[in-house]
Amino acid sequence: MSYRITGSTGEWEIVVGLEVHAQVVSEAKLFSGASAEYGGEPNTHVSLVDAGFPGMLPVLNRECVAQAVRTGLGLEAEINLFSRFDRKNYFYADLPTGYQISQFAHPIIGQGKVLVDLADGSTREIGVTRLHLEQDAGKSIHDQDPTRSFIDLNRAGVALMEIVSEPDIRSPEEAGAYLRKLRQILRYIGTCDGNMEEGSMRADVNVSVRKPGETEYRTRCEIKNVNSIRFVMMAIEVEAQRQIEVWEAGGTVDQETRLFDHVRGETRSLRSKEDAHDYRYFPDPDLLPLVIEQSWVDELKAALPELPEAKRTRLEQEYGVSRYESSVLCVEQAIADFYETVAHGADARLAANWMLGDFFAALNRTGRSIEDSPVSAEGLRELLGLISDSTINGKIAKEVLEDMVETGDSASAIVERKGLRQVTDTGAIESAIREILAANSDKVEEYKGGKDKLFGFFVGQTMKAMKGKGNPALVNETLKKLLSE
Amino acid sequence: MSLDAKTVTRIARLARIGLQPEEVETLGKDMGSIIDWVEQLKEVDVTGVDPMIGTGLAKPRLREDRVTDGNCRDKVLSNAPEREGPFYTVPKVVE
Repeated sequence: MSYRITGSTGEWEIVVGLEVHAQVVSEAKLFSGASAEYGGEPNTHVSLVDAGFPGMLPVLNRECVAQAVRTGLGLEAEINLFSRFDRKNYFYADLPTGYQISQFAHPIIGQGKVLVDLADGSTREIGVTRLHLEQDAGKSIHDQDPTRSFIDLNRAGVALMEIVSEPDIRSPEEAGAYLRKLRQILRYIGTCDGNMEEGSMRADVNVSVRKPGETEYRTRCEIKNVNSIRFVMMAIEVEAQRQIEVWEAGGTVDQETRLFDHVRGETRSLRSKEDAHDYRYFPDPDLLPLVIEQSWVDELKAALPELPEAKRTRLEQEYGVSRYESSVLCVEQAIADFYETVAHGADARLAANWMLGDFFAALNRTGRSIEDSPVSAEGLRELLGLISDSTINGKIAKEVLEDMVETGDSASAIVERKGLRQVTDTGAIESAIREILAANSDKVEEYKGGKDKLFGFFVGQTMKAMKGKGNPALVNETLKKLLSE
Repeated sequence: MSLDAKTVTRIARLARIGLQPEEVETLGKDMGSIIDWVEQLKEVDVTGVDPMIGTGLAKPRLREDRVTDGNCRDKVLSNAPEREGPFYTVPKVVE
């Protein structure tokens, strides 16, 4: 189903493109030897290059280039062996040189794509227009003094990848799915940690609206610097709504930069920025064009880890997990690795079931992540083994898992300690059932009179009497036999 | 040619240069003649020639990804007109 907003003149379609700024994982900055690490005492991760001192020259960090190429490969994009750095000129207090070094005319990465999964099970391809390398700016702190802003240049010069999508996105949901998928790819490849809280991934959102069937785009607005996936989705919704109201009132939408205020749930014009739109790009005379070798690109490609889509397909084929299960298991590499360890030599379908169910529930409950899971993959595998060889039943296994989380003991130790071994002695099961039937002769009559639903009641009573340890299949079988006597 | 007042004012604002009204006309003429001079290049037919931004003889030197610089806050702040603790300060900029 296409996403539509209904206005007073009928339905509207939204058109969205995203510009994502992703901070490159590297030790040093893009053009200087200062540390790129997040945090640090103010103005300590700064070299004189970053501070824009006269005569200081930028020297490009090879690893940052490699990270951009790896990301491009992950987006199945064209890798441009020739690219170039340009100066984007504007004045701001946290930009000491008065220009940002970016790639305007010749980006390092050209067209690529991202496949996104939607809630209804369908898949959409969102085009990537380009990816280029550029510098981050410093940080202005406005709340420390009534008349002055304080400047920290630790971020200034850190490498960013700007990843620009085609205006292919047609709903807030698709925007969210695109961002999640992009973040997943970046994290898999290790080129950006995707941490939106620390600002290592943020998005500029371009929004316009049009009537379904229109082939031209109408004027768009750019919402700057939105720093969470949820806010991106909210911003699209309220901005689209605003534009529809403007068009329907007979007005026209002005192309402008806007700010999303999540507290008030609205976007606001940033008119002050309008002048700054003339960036007067020109090639940076301090930097020679970047020329890379195809052989180096091939080397980087050969060393890429398995990417999310490939991993999903492999898990589905190798372990027989469903499309949904593979999407959850592949959200992070660590989860997929954990799963593969559990599934190795165990019932793989059962393993997927348990990971998505009780295991994740246990992680949530304890507030732990997969990396510091209270139960190891080997430990979970042992537990599943006990289910598969009928030592315990599934219900008891849940209890054992809880105990494992709490005590750190192994599954088999807990089963022994608590005497949870499943009863498969048909004699014991039969006598337990006979007692239940004798105590509920009225219900037995009703059952025999056609009230089939009571079968569940008898199973429940039997299990309760056996403290949950009866083998479910044997209990069912014996019960059926005795009830038909 | 001479650049019109609006263009001169706009360029000055982008460069954060304050102009007196009487300077606008003079600068318009000066800048116009610079442009005329550079535009002589247009007489050369460069159809099919890519813009040249370097000689193409050298490749850039790349640096290894190691922290070799920084931790020199006093030097970084040495040119700041005003500072406060570990920061340099500027007149308040609020959007």
